[in-house]
Amino acid sequence: MKKSKNYIPALTGITALLLFVVLLENISSIIPGLPSVFDPTSPLFTVLKKAAVYSLVAVSMNLLNGFTGLFSLGQAGFMLLGAYTYAILTVPAAQKDQVYYLFGGCAFDFSIVDMFEGIFGSGGAGGAFSMILGVLIALILAGCVAGFFAFLIGFPVLRLKSDYLAIATLGFAEILRAIFQWQKLGPITNGANMIKGFPTFSSFNITDASGNVIVRLSTFVPFLITSLCILLIVLLIHSSYGRAFMAIRDDEVAAEAMGVALFRHKTLSFVISSFFAGVGGALFAMYVANAQAKAFTSTMTYEILLIVVIGGIGSVSGSVLATFLYVACSEWWLRFLDSELYFGNFKVPLLRNGFRMVVFSVVIMIIVLFFSQGIMGNREISFKAFRKGKNKQ
Amino acid sequence: MENTAENIALHIENVTMQFGGVVSVNNLTLDVPEHKIIALIGPNGAGKTTAFNCITGVYRPTNGLIEFMGKPIVRNHPTGKDAKTYLGENADKYAKESTLSPTPDEITKLGIARTFQNIRLWKSMTVFENVLVAKHMRAKQNVFSATFRGNAAEEKRMRDETMALLQEQGLDSYKDELATSLPYGLQRRLEIARALATDPRLLLLDEPAAGMNPQETLELADFVREIREKYNLTVFLIEHHMDLVMNISDYIYVIDFGSEIAQGVPDEVQSNQRVIEAYLGVAEEDAV
Amino acid sequence: MEYVISVLLSGVSVGGQYALIAIGYTLVYGILRLINFAHGDVFMVAGLMGIYLTASLPISLSLPLVIILTVVLGFTIERVAYKPLREAPRMSVMISAIGVSYLLQNTATYVTGGQPMTYPSIPFLSGTVNLAGTQTKWVVIITPFLVLGLVLALSVLINKTKVGMAMRAVSKDFETSRLMGIRINSVISVTFIIGSALAAVGSILFFTNYPAITPMSGAMPGLKAFVAAVFGGIGSIPGAVIGAFLIGICETIIKGLPSSWDVSVFSDAFTFALLIVILVFKPQGLFGEAATDKV
Repeated sequence: MKKSKNYIPALTGITALLLFVVLLENISSIIPGLPSVFDPTSPLFTVLKKAAVYSLVAVSMNLLNGFTGLFSLGQAGFMLLGAYTYAILTVPAAQKDQVYYLFGGCAFDFSIVDMFEGIFGSGGAGGAFSMILGVLIALILAGCVAGFFAFLIGFPVLRLKSDYLAIATLGFAEILRAIFQWQKLGPITNGANMIKGFPTFSSFNITDASGNVIVRLSTFVPFLITSLCILLIVLLIHSSYGRAFMAIRDDEVAAEAMGVALFRHKTLSFVISSFFAGVGGALFAMYVANAQAKAFTSTMTYEILLIVVIGGIGSVSGSVLATFLYVACSEWWLRFLDSELYFGNFKVPLLRNGFRMVVFSVVIMIIVLFFSQGIMGNREISFKAFRKGKNKQ
Repeated sequence: MENTAENIALHIENVTMQFGGVVSVNNLTLDVPEHKIIALIGPNGAGKTTAFNCITGVYRPTNGLIEFMGKPIVRNHPTGKDAKTYLGENADKYAKESTLSPTPDEITKLGIARTFQNIRLWKSMTVFENVLVAKHMRAKQNVFSATFRGNAAEEKRMRDETMALLQEQGLDSYKDELATSLPYGLQRRLEIARALATDPRLLLLDEPAAGMNPQETLELADFVREIREKYNLTVFLIEHHMDLVMNISDYIYVIDFGSEIAQGVPDEVQSNQRVIEAYLGVAEEDAV
Repeated sequence: MEYVISVLLSGVSVGGQYALIAIGYTLVYGILRLINFAHGDVFMVAGLMGIYLTASLPISLSLPLVIILTVVLGFTIERVAYKPLREAPRMSVMISAIGVSYLLQNTATYVTGGQPMTYPSIPFLSGTVNLAGTQTKWVVIITPFLVLGLVLALSVLINKTKVGMAMRAVSKDFETSRLMGIRINSVISVTFIIGSALAAVGSILFFTNYPAITPMSGAMPGLKAFVAAVFGGIGSIPGAVIGAFLIGICETIIKGLPSSWDVSVFSDAFTFALLIVILVFKPQGLFGEAATDKV
């Protein structure tokens, strides 16, 4: 990492990517007659949205597990906190009675979006502005709540050694899941039922007066938020604090002896990672259009951990790349493994529901056992590497 | 030490470190005067590194007091279960005073830096980054200003100082190499450079010549003297190479089984019968 | 009163079943310092094997076969997924364990089609008995005695036999044992074999008393058994057993509390809360030994 003046190419790259995404999701309405892959309902866009959300969570986990060497398995718990914070804060007051009908309405009669609509008006540009501002603030608060809980739980658990930390954070996530399903908290969390009715990604599509979509932005929005968050994480990793985190990962005793306050830095990394996991959880709620505690299981954490491993522990670009590959395979490219396939009368053996995940887990085991460096190891995709590659040729 | 006119950088008083039923350091008392090179020697397992770990906050001594630049930095007395099983002396001496047990980073911040017996460089980082991290402690920035590049001048200062230090230590040509890819001798030197980057007043060297050949050992002696002058340091070292110890030390403490058995200037120690019995006879063979 | 007795009885029984899983965790952790995340899923697979084998074979044949096949599974997992990573960082082995767990769960989903499977009723175990005025399944009464018997047999094995001595040596100091000529890999295999066999027995007892098996059925009992092992002091067999009984009893008490309180969702969470409290205040558990790090 030399003194980096390469913000400009990085920012250009991100802007280009975002523009490309906008173009991609609107291209079917600009040029009619394209293959169905470009239709807004195509799995392509499901994959892009989900992968954008997951890559933020994967990178946040990598910050902790890969860059600070803290093996935590609490990611799903912090996502849950983020998802619920976002949902509770943004469901419009008018919808609350309907969503919380089992509990006779919500105890928390407030919505950030409503609040801004009260200031800027609810129709037209004012309404759009209110929603954007409301969603943005709710996302930040979602991160803050997750970060705050990380701070609280970090105090006891960050003193534990590697595998105990893993099991303690896993347990913490399970405790949260139970609390959010508790019927007594129903007026706030809607008990075991889902919270719906808050702004989702498709709320950002621009419609005309009669409700027809003119410009699609529902894939652009998760890309934008995730890019910004990952950019922040990368800036942190390349700062003095990021180097201190890596020193802790490489040798804790030496780091402490060289003046790195161990506990403070571990807490910092844990809180920041959880902040972004919280934002990721809120994005996940936007993606699935509901928030429900039972979605945030330890299996979800394992899935994200495996993505991080596939991408390479200690590589941000590896995590992002692996997320897109993983989500594309599981949601799209390997879907055919789940349905029975006939060639004439010949039935292809093994193919039926569930086979995709078996193939998937075998591939993961092969990567874990034989390619423990993952796709990227701890290297990064960078413009410099491209230039170097070209010079070699 | 007899000469009381000079300032004492490090003062250790009645320090005892007990693990379960084993007393690793027993009632150790010693002084390290400012700007001197003082050695702590003794056979393997005598408790030298444990003493270092007590000074640097890695261990919390069971009993005793440690002062740095005249101020108490570590103080403890056995309490609770430790009091019942305590095998050392002076259990009540510090019982009335409050206990002090700073973490290693706090000790480093006070101006005590160390190296390790088995080199502990950060293996995934370059030579430059290894030294740069040591500058983190005194950087005037918080996590926000660091992330958002709010204080670019501070980052530049850290990088410039690191570069200057590497140049002084003759390591600048390796700055982009992985630290662990350096030859052994240079790794030792890098570890010292990293310790110097924390701006210490007192440098603790744990077997700096371990694994070096006689030629390298000889150079190390000059090097230690040189950095003492250049950075106005006090040096306290553990060493097995008797040539080196006798060559550079102003004063020597000898411990065995955790207790002091002799002290004096090199000549006195060399002719001390107890030292010869406990240590030198074995060490001669080792020191080849 | 009858209610209290029945809650306590089923608590002891669940605890006994956790104990059989917990021993597998504690033995493996004692030797490899690995949280074998796949152990709970091995337990689940043993349950599924019970279903499929009893469907086509008589009980007297299928139950021993379940134990044998589970042992083979445990042994194979160790050889394929953990042995190649012996020199790798601990984190890699743990990730491999998580991968195995994922594989077993997904394979189970594939084989069962994701449907909950009903465990066959095993004569005798599933039969009911009237005890102190409550109807209880025999399995509830048998479990604690069977567990105690197996634990006694295991402690004889560990304390009196040569392989037991080797296991104790390896758990004290892996490297030195290797240097002393102990065949580390055989010792580790034996550990996995014992752990898997006990998990298979546990699965027969556990699922007899349980409505259905799903691919996720192993995860929660597995984690709870691990907590029991930590609670008792990881590496200690009596510790794991006592921890498992305590957790089983507490859990059934929480489930048995008045339904108006609606606290049964916390029966799992309680275990983890207990775990965090133990790790913070007494990380070596009830019977574990504290270790100091060398710098």
